[in-house]
Amino acid sequence: MLRYIYGHDLHRHPRLAHSMFKDRADQFRNRLGWDVQVDENGEERDSYDTHDPLYVIWENADGSHGGSMRFLPTTGPVMVNDVFGHLTGGAPVTSPLIWECTRFCLSRDAKSHVAAALMLGGGEIMSGFGIRHFVGVFDARMVRIYRAIGSSPEVLGSEGEGRDRISVGLWDFSEEARARVAARAGIAPETSRGWFECSFGGAPVREMALSA
Amino acid sequence: MRGELDLILSDLDDTQALEGLQDVIERLRDAFGVDHMIYHWVDSTGEQYGCGTYDRAWVHHYLEKGYLRVDPVVAGCFNSFHPVDWKSLDWSSKVARDFLADALTFGVGNQGFSIPIRGPNGQFALFTVNHTCNDDTWAAFTATHNSDLILIGHFFNRKALEFEPDRKGEASRALSPREIEAMTLLAVGHNRAQVADALSISEHTLRVYIESARFKLGALNTTHAVARAMSRGLILVASNDGPERKAVNTQTARLPQR
Repeated sequence: MLRYIYGHDLHRHPRLAHSMFKDRADQFRNRLGWDVQVDENGEERDSYDTHDPLYVIWENADGSHGGSMRFLPTTGPVMVNDVFGHLTGGAPVTSPLIWECTRFCLSRDAKSHVAAALMLGGGEIMSGFGIRHFVGVFDARMVRIYRAIGSSPEVLGSEGEGRDRISVGLWDFSEEARARVAARAGIAPETSRGWFECSFGGAPVREMALSA
Repeated sequence: MRGELDLILSDLDDTQALEGLQDVIERLRDAFGVDHMIYHWVDSTGEQYGCGTYDRAWVHHYLEKGYLRVDPVVAGCFNSFHPVDWKSLDWSSKVARDFLADALTFGVGNQGFSIPIRGPNGQFALFTVNHTCNDDTWAAFTATHNSDLILIGHFFNRKALEFEPDRKGEASRALSPREIEAMTLLAVGHNRAQVADALSISEHTLRVYIESARFKLGALNTTHAVARAMSRGLILVASNDGPERKAVNTQTARLPQR
């Protein structure tokens, strides 16, 4: 299932959180060869993890991490502006309606539907919270993965060549794109919506209103 | 409603004193046709500042009772950056239920939608819309207006920060060269497809430049953003046809070729 968890709540899901940060080390350090910080527990974290981001995480049936990504609003510190500002037109991309999506990660043995499920989660955030765009930084190898799940970003700017090419890209979701991603993920839209509502409360409080 | 909102937000942007925010929030409340609208700034020491349309008696009561400590809206928003429907908050404790029951007796509506906002150095504020209606009506209202309310809340906070004595410069409101080019071309009447073509970018990418520019300019829509950019002198558009075309050509001529 998909979970939406703020950084400050990760401690409530210790197994999920630990396996996510370990899978990030595996993907970004071991497989992609990025220069990232991995601690003594084998967990990869960067400074943006300290800004209490919102993680969207695919939880496997056994409670471990299958894939994840990380969101922060572009009104605060974000990688696209702090590190890759020169790729986006010379001034920060800033709007509470544009969130940055980074650290898109898939565990080594993730099934093919996990990536699409994560994208579907991105779509839930957009429609549920009125967010209009996501910007993100990605590596050349991700281009094929995004294409395969039917959610290719629009590239705003790139630097480097070949496998080292880093791009800043942009996603938005039309209704058709959402339907396409949902089909690839093999998840019914109502199920996905239910997971979203489960993560963000939404418990019925009719009783409360009556009590007044 | 659009034109009215644009006008109110221009007035917000032009407000020169903290007191002006109260007038703006009352007009916004009327424009959206809701019971209440509130801007509530809470700093790290627990100092509060705000403006809004709640009954003054409720505001005094809230402060007197120290409700800041028990208010589930403040607690729920303080730990998030997504817009929060009050229904999604934890009202299960007795103290929270008593607080709500008390609020309702002071004319606070049963439905609420709050936007958490964070400024520099841990500054935190809430922008809230409050109303009395059933759940379906409220869900339809928030689904229609959530993006606009998020922007308006942030415009309010930005304005409130401007009145801080030791505030820093306004670097975050500067338009990038690409944003200026896009706004200039829109100002001279090009449609989005033409602008995207002139800038050698996709319409999709153009939308992000426009979105970002709208936020910096304090506007909800592109027409208003262009008008604000012109009135603030951020883009220059000549009134007759000749120089205008020339200006556009100059803009496009220095674009990097892709």
